Amino acid sequence: MIRISGVSRKFGEREVVSGIDLAIRRGEIFSIIGPSGSGKTTLLRLIDLLDRPTRGSIMFEDSSTEGPEHERRAIRRRMAMVFQKPGVLNATVEQNVAFGLEFRGMQKDRVHERVTSALEMVGLSGLSQRRALTLSGGEMQRVAIARAIVTGPEVLLLDEPTANLDPLSTGIIENLIVRVNRERKTTVILATHDMGQGQRLASRIGVMMDGHLVQTGEIYDIFYHPVNRPIATFVGIDPVSDGIVESNENNLAIIAVHGVSVQAVTALGKGQRVALCIRPEEVTLSLPDACPPASSARNCLAGTITRLLPYGPFTRVHVDCGIPVTALVTRRSSEELGLAMGMRVNATIKATAIHVIPDPEDKDNPPHTTTG
Amino acid sequence: MQEIIDGITQAFQLIITLNPELLEVTALSLYISLSATVIATLIAIPVGGLIHFHEFTGKRVLITIIQTLYSVPTVIIGLLVFLLISRSGPLGIFGLLFTPTGMILGQTILILPIMTGLVITALSGVDRNIRDTLISLGATEFQSIAQTVREARFAILSAVILGFGRAISEVGVAMMIGGNIRGETRVLTTSIALETGMGNFGLSIALGIVLLAIALIVVLIMNLMTSGALSDSDRVRGGPQA
Repeated sequence: MIRISGVSRKFGEREVVSGIDLAIRRGEIFSIIGPSGSGKTTLLRLIDLLDRPTRGSIMFEDSSTEGPEHERRAIRRRMAMVFQKPGVLNATVEQNVAFGLEFRGMQKDRVHERVTSALEMVGLSGLSQRRALTLSGGEMQRVAIARAIVTGPEVLLLDEPTANLDPLSTGIIENLIVRVNRERKTTVILATHDMGQGQRLASRIGVMMDGHLVQTGEIYDIFYHPVNRPIATFVGIDPVSDGIVESNENNLAIIAVHGVSVQAVTALGKGQRVALCIRPEEVTLSLPDACPPASSARNCLAGTITRLLPYGPFTRVHVDCGIPVTALVTRRSSEELGLAMGMRVNATIKATAIHVIPDPEDKDNPPHTTTG
Repeated sequence: MQEIIDGITQAFQLIITLNPELLEVTALSLYISLSATVIATLIAIPVGGLIHFHEFTGKRVLITIIQTLYSVPTVIIGLLVFLLISRSGPLGIFGLLFTPTGMILGQTILILPIMTGLVITALSGVDRNIRDTLISLGATEFQSIAQTVREARFAILSAVILGFGRAISEVGVAMMIGGNIRGETRVLTTSIALETGMGNFGLSIALGIVLLAIALIVVLIMNLMTSGALSDSDRVRGGPQA
């Protein structure tokens, strides 16, 4: 659908996005995630043809986007973008939603018809005559979405559409995005710094860091197999560094890390410096006397609880097993086990649940901390 | 003291009895200044838009010059226009000196900088995000500019009103270009200057009250129009709950 090849964009001397290669498939929800300032907005603006890349090219279907402005506008009119700030104009809700159609020279009665159905879809039918600037933040963002989808775009670009909204409005908008994708077969590209949102909505994710697209893949790949430390940290893992592969037989490796021996599945060979990524929800806690039967592909590490953090219906339990291990347990099981600070527990992790990443620069990294 | 009291009494008599001379002077003032404001508006919005929406070298310098001209003395514009339209001047053949048309020309030039400058300020006040939104919705360059101007309409309206205020209250151009000819080019301000000199304080005060009344009406109209935007928030309070 959209093919981005080697795209870079400079503002002055600073390259805000560099060397992006990305193919967006028709009908998918693709999420660009990354911390603030990583270049997500700039990339979306390039895709919407609001800015021109300094280097590289963007193909929309089979058309080049490098032509004169009127050709770019024709392509742009097959897309729609929702910005982080809703950008509603000082007019009624209905007039706001009608802009895109009016710009295309559509007749008034048809405009009214399309606007009405778009407002119905976003659940704002009752407010069509209200001044848009008097709406709540969540409602304004729904106006912005209605305004974007009313033209029937093939591609919908969303830049942090829920960044400043409460959880309820966020939920409404997330449902709306999924509906637009399912019912209208609209390709959606969503930029967000919210990992969870990317996970909830997208079928594929691209991670941006410092202007680079560092990893692209299915949700599972990104969450369980981050390719480097920054991505691991961003997807909610505290990587444990200073590991070294001691032996590797048929991809089942023994890794020594801070004096603890851990089994993990990896192709990395003996002597390789590594960091371990353990997702908190993959760690099972049990009382010291109830260690599950030892198995070749399972690690059972004894340790002391150093911290308990409530996390919605869950509790994040930090355990010092020689290496810091974080476990995510339900609050109920936390209470059943009677978990408390300073208590001795066993942490069980399957060898397959430990993701090993090469860590050549571990000496340059700051000492590891166990902050949640 | 007695003079002032007599003057005020006489002024109200003139106003209540709709003194023909008072009416004529007021009507001419309104005609000239409103015409100048309309013409200046028709120039200031496109020119202001052109400056705001385009990047060119010297843009900052140009805006600084425009801003400096906000406070150009009216007599300097009077002098400039006088030289232009006097019989030997480049526009002398049109015979505009000592005519209302000449005064309209002078007042237009006088208020053009402040109106253009304030139009630029008004357009700069529209969030950059709005322009991006319009472009991403498929607007052409012209469509996006037109909508941005529309978005800035309240700020542009106050620019227009300020321009009118400067036009109707100035003396320099009216005196030098109009010449204060009774029944032809005599307006409120020149009339006050003349009548005061002649000791007709009653008429002067009456003219002054009319001038202030016009200012009041203008302010009231402006408040009414901008409160049209504000009253929406009142409507919200009584409106349906979202």
